[in-house]
Amino acid sequence: MSFHASGRLVTTMSISALALGLSLTGFVAKAAEISISCGAVGAELEFCKQGVEAWSKKTGNTVKIVSTPNETTERLALYQQILASGTSDIDVFQIDVIWPGILGNHFIDLKPYSKGAEADHFKPIIDNNTVGGRLVAIPWFTDAGVLFYRKDLLEKYGASAPATWQELTATAAKVQEGERKAGNDKFWGYVFQGKAYEGLSCDALEWIDSYGGGAIVDDKGGITVNNPKAAAALTMAASWIGKISPDGVLNYAEEDARGVFQSGNAAFMRNWPYAWALGNGADSPIKGKIGVVALPKGGDAGKNTGTLGGWELAVSKYSKHPEVAADLVMYLTSRDEQKRRAIEGSYNPTIAALYQDKDVLSAVPFFGSLYATFTNAVARPSKVTGSNYNKVSSAFWNAVHDVLSAKTKPEAALVSLDSELKKIKRSGW
Amino acid sequence: MSGNSALKRSRVRSAWLFLAPMLVVLAMVAGWPLLRTIYFGFTDANLADLGAMKFIGWDNYLARYDGEWSGLLVDLLWWRSVSNTLWFTLFSVTIETILGFVVALVLNAEFPGRGFVRAAVLVPWAIPTIVSAKMWGWMLHDQFGVINDMLMRVGLIHAPIAWAANSETAMWTVVMVDVWKTTPFMALLILAGLQMLPGDIYEAARIDGINPVKVFFRVTLPLVRPALMVAIIFRALDAMRIFDLIYVLTSNSRDTASMSVYARQQLVDFQEVGIGSAASTLLFLVIGIVTVLAITLGKVRLTAEPA
Repeated sequence: MSFHASGRLVTTMSISALALGLSLTGFVAKAAEISISCGAVGAELEFCKQGVEAWSKKTGNTVKIVSTPNETTERLALYQQILASGTSDIDVFQIDVIWPGILGNHFIDLKPYSKGAEADHFKPIIDNNTVGGRLVAIPWFTDAGVLFYRKDLLEKYGASAPATWQELTATAAKVQEGERKAGNDKFWGYVFQGKAYEGLSCDALEWIDSYGGGAIVDDKGGITVNNPKAAAALTMAASWIGKISPDGVLNYAEEDARGVFQSGNAAFMRNWPYAWALGNGADSPIKGKIGVVALPKGGDAGKNTGTLGGWELAVSKYSKHPEVAADLVMYLTSRDEQKRRAIEGSYNPTIAALYQDKDVLSAVPFFGSLYATFTNAVARPSKVTGSNYNKVSSAFWNAVHDVLSAKTKPEAALVSLDSELKKIKRSGW
Repeated sequence: MSGNSALKRSRVRSAWLFLAPMLVVLAMVAGWPLLRTIYFGFTDANLADLGAMKFIGWDNYLARYDGEWSGLLVDLLWWRSVSNTLWFTLFSVTIETILGFVVALVLNAEFPGRGFVRAAVLVPWAIPTIVSAKMWGWMLHDQFGVINDMLMRVGLIHAPIAWAANSETAMWTVVMVDVWKTTPFMALLILAGLQMLPGDIYEAARIDGINPVKVFFRVTLPLVRPALMVAIIFRALDAMRIFDLIYVLTSNSRDTASMSVYARQQLVDFQEVGIGSAASTLLFLVIGIVTVLAITLGKVRLTAEPA
């Protein structure tokens, strides 16, 4: 502790001595060094670097990029430790759409810096990022779960993109059987995120919502997850394991699923839109063979849905250069930068106008066809459950994981999940 | 007599003087955090705002709300993590002791290149746990892992097994990786014990023509037992704190969560510093109880035996 503090003191002293020297010689030191934490899922880090470099060149400030763990659950744990210690080590944080409620206290209000730019972004996300009247984060890209499929294989087996989960199950089984007979014994029908972590909460929420089974907790804070429609959704998902999905899917996060799909060993995949640009990259074995549709409905009476995901940029209130950091945030979330990221990396813009942009639509056609999915995505109950969201989500993904690994029956799992959630809620969220 | 005791007093004084810096450092880096953790266990501290904590007595351990018991002592997940930890400790330490003994006996024999082999055996232990856990995680992956590929090629299994994901194999996978990693440590400690044994007993046994198996059970084992028990207790204490290996291989999965994994999840993921500290305190108590039991039941003397 003391070593650290004295080390920092020396640094501070030498920096101020340097600044003094500069100002004495007439160079007022305007350029600051700040740091930003960027995700590294797929090509995320690369895109972050390019954007940040362009801003550095424009403003003369230097930026250090801190890469963070791939899994959201682990990333949140890291952020909580960094922010709770009140250090100024990271100025700009890339945060998940579900975190403003959990971390909001540690971030500055960006309204004075945004100059009204938030009006161009999707309103639900801006609302989500407004905590107690303060705009704690600006949307960077949005996400919704979508279904990726192999156009070539569906054509080969005379199937069309599935409209319901039942169709998906049948088609996946058919393609899997055919491909295995053709000699690829590693081939699977469907891969998704089944590991016991936040990603499973996203996937399972989609199954339940597609059956009309609600969003675990409703807007008013009532616990709704124990219902027959949710049970039907979980029964269906459990029937996939070992049949059309590998047992290992119980330990897959986004990149594991993409690994299987992109190496040509799966017919369907549930993932976020970023997988489109990578799957169509020059080195991808399935380049040009990928189709994207909305996730299937839960039976004919169900609906298409997708869990709202996405990432925001926030400025730490412990930052030494909040105005410089806010300027970087405004640059990265600007229309031009979002357009570049949409075209080159298939990251969904949060600015509605970009969904009508010709260049964007020709690079990523499904941004046009799935516009409704992206704007009507189902939100996880992070706003209503606030700082308890993590416990709710953990209870939920563990219950679902137990069902998928056939340790409990869906109905029994939902009953015990219900009582676990009531215990967490106790006297209110 | 009086001169003697003055000398003794001055010796005691200088002993305290020399010990003082170490005791101060120990109190700062071990005593203070321990006391603070125990104190946090009696509060409702939250990571988001540590300043706002209140003293709540035993509520983190056991409390009654609306006619229902709550708290750690009635939390099934906590007890599951306790049983996971004990199960892991029992199996990993047993297997490591047996294998470690075999390796130590081999290394104790005279053969060319013995020094090199002794160093080489330590490699798994020298690799940082995070690195080796990640490495095993990839090797055991069900789709691109080399272990499944090898087992399928020789026809031992028909379909790839998701070692770390499947709830039946997950715990055994963790034990297996731990055995791979820590057997060298056990071997080294046992080897040190073996090298202390007097050679003349073996010479006598050889002259009497006693069969080697009998020599092992009647001579080697009883003589090396004190060193062996110390090694086992060291390992068991270490195994009960297990965190990194389990967290990297299976994250927060309830099938394998140890007491440390449980405490970390409360502390960090759920930001419940109070409950997490209470869990850490219980972890400390469980380890303490097991140590006392092991030392009494195993009749281990931690002080040097008078010759």
